[in-house]
Amino acid sequence: MAILVNENTKILVQGITGSFGGRHAQLSLDYGTQLVAGVTPGKGGQKFADKVPIFDTVAEAVEVTGATVSAIFVPPPFAGDAILEAVDAGCELVVAITEGIPVMDMMRVRAAMEGKKSRLIGPNCPGIVTPGLGKDSHGGCRIGIAPGYIHKRGKVGVVSRSGTLTYEAVWQLTNLGLGQSTCVGIGGDPINGTTHLDVLKMFNDDPETEAIIMIGEIGGSNEEIAAAWAKENCKKPMAAFIAGSSAPPGRRMGHAGAIVSGGKGTAAAKIEALRDAGIEVAKNPSDMGQALVRAMG
Amino acid sequence: MNIHEYQAKELFQKFGVPTPQGKVADTAEQARAAAAEIGKNIVVKAQVHAGGRGKGTFKNGFKGGVHLVQTPDEAGEIAGKMIGQVLVTHQTGEEGKLVSKVMVADGVEIEKEYYLAILMDRESKSPVIVASTEGGVNIEDVAEHTPEKIFHQAIHPLLGLQPYEVRKLSAKLGFAGDQAKQFGKLLAALYRLFLECDCSMVEINPLVTTPDGQVLALDAKFDFDDNALYRHPEIAALHDPTEEDPREVEAAKYHLNYIGLDGNIACLVNGAGLAMATMDIIKHCGGEPANFLDVGGGATQEQVTNAFKIILGDPKVEAILVNIFGGIMDCDVIAKGIVAACKEVDLMIPLVVRLEGNNVEAGKRTLAESDVALISADTLADAADKAVKAIAA
Repeated sequence: MAILVNENTKILVQGITGSFGGRHAQLSLDYGTQLVAGVTPGKGGQKFADKVPIFDTVAEAVEVTGATVSAIFVPPPFAGDAILEAVDAGCELVVAITEGIPVMDMMRVRAAMEGKKSRLIGPNCPGIVTPGLGKDSHGGCRIGIAPGYIHKRGKVGVVSRSGTLTYEAVWQLTNLGLGQSTCVGIGGDPINGTTHLDVLKMFNDDPETEAIIMIGEIGGSNEEIAAAWAKENCKKPMAAFIAGSSAPPGRRMGHAGAIVSGGKGTAAAKIEALRDAGIEVAKNPSDMGQALVRAMG
Repeated sequence: MNIHEYQAKELFQKFGVPTPQGKVADTAEQARAAAAEIGKNIVVKAQVHAGGRGKGTFKNGFKGGVHLVQTPDEAGEIAGKMIGQVLVTHQTGEEGKLVSKVMVADGVEIEKEYYLAILMDRESKSPVIVASTEGGVNIEDVAEHTPEKIFHQAIHPLLGLQPYEVRKLSAKLGFAGDQAKQFGKLLAALYRLFLECDCSMVEINPLVTTPDGQVLALDAKFDFDDNALYRHPEIAALHDPTEEDPREVEAAKYHLNYIGLDGNIACLVNGAGLAMATMDIIKHCGGEPANFLDVGGGATQEQVTNAFKIILGDPKVEAILVNIFGGIMDCDVIAKGIVAACKEVDLMIPLVVRLEGNNVEAGKRTLAESDVALISADTLADAADKAVKAIAA
């Protein structure tokens, strides 16, 4: 089962001929992911890695290949347009990897997506991995930029705002023998497509997922909202970690959304909300895997 | 990104947000000339990116970064005492900020003060207008003590500001007749400015009414979306690097994300979330981080070397913790970068390195075989613990 994507999901990559997009498209192919199309305006008719057809538009790519998910590696000035193109083409899921999209663009994109069936993950995110059953989790669905080999197919759902911190958590789980159902990076921008809560609900409903680890950071109130919901509704053991307890207020810590302003969005408030919901909070980032072990009792 | 008050005034003038007449001056003579155009009731304001200027003190002993004077000669004299001097306010820290410009403006008479701001709200995913009848004071205090005096209006991202929204706010603030019209025009201009300049926040505190019935923006604070600066070269040009930590300015040149802090353990990490987590674990182990430093996902050897130079430029740093999760990035490339950097900068303080991920064995071998004296760590907790102990030893 897993959530959002599985080994049969057909994906396309917008921006496949760029160096960043191309590199990660190749890594997804190597992982065994069903990458069926690429899109770069003006390069339709060419092939990526001698086998994946490239189209001028997402609409054509979807029509010809049946892709249902688009991964976006388009540079920031054009990324908002690329997301809307994927939505217009009927992609069920749009995963925007691009970092540095103007907030005003994301505001308009989100408003334009109201009432559409497409779900957006990101932007400024590492993507999604549903690990496969092969060696080093080969054969799964890798969308985005996460290293495939650190994963292991299993029963833990992972949701996080960050990239490398997620890899750290996944690696700790894998080394403890705890595989993952799906790992979702929702991204570090202030306005994004999918929240911790959205993913939490999906994990809660997924029969394959038996435990959940949620990784958050300072800024906004996404984690508090998810914790309040989990307190009443989550049937599965949960662990969490919040990055940024040592961050000074008023400064953006790398991620555009990671800022404590006006006393709001502090790590302390988030940790308190999580604990109040009965979620096992990792004492430090080295303790994320063990925290889940404790939560699972 | 922030800008100076005089630059904000220029933006207001460009977009038609009414604001008292004023000019920026680099010298006492320029200040005197600018004041002569105004006549009397002249306000002279030190231009630094910090609040609390009025109550600040200059290091030369001169008190106050904001003065009201009556003649051009007085304005020149006051400006002369500010320009080239360092102003200390409750927001600047003890080191203070160098004042290289002053603004000379018409010190209008105030009848009543209000608060007006537009900010990008992440919860509603739309611009929100915040207005209050309590102006000229800290809005966070108003929010805490008299929240009923603050009014919010979310604006639809695609429809934009609607006339009824303006009328509603205007009524709540108690404007009527001609003043309601003036407020409506001011708010429409401010909203256009907010959108067209990709602001994350624009704040007028105070917005004032004058005894002769005008509605004016007396002060302004801007915050622009850094992601959007590529399409606003004219705003990017307003950036004043002398207002920032020189280490941060240097780091930006190499596309490194650096924020200076007060501790003594420097860290170098790939990824913003992991960089924050590394600072947290240093603190958890009883140490104090000297900085936040994210070298990004695909750091090059040159970037690592420059990152080391910036870290070592901070005299407070007594140890360095390198934490790399090389997901896609080859750990051996990072290891070679670290060795090269250590040689180039002639490292004299303890260096703790924790490498994990892709090709980690080769990376660890490269570090072990080099003649760089470093402390190797296996986990994040182990690394932080070793860094803290290295300083204590």
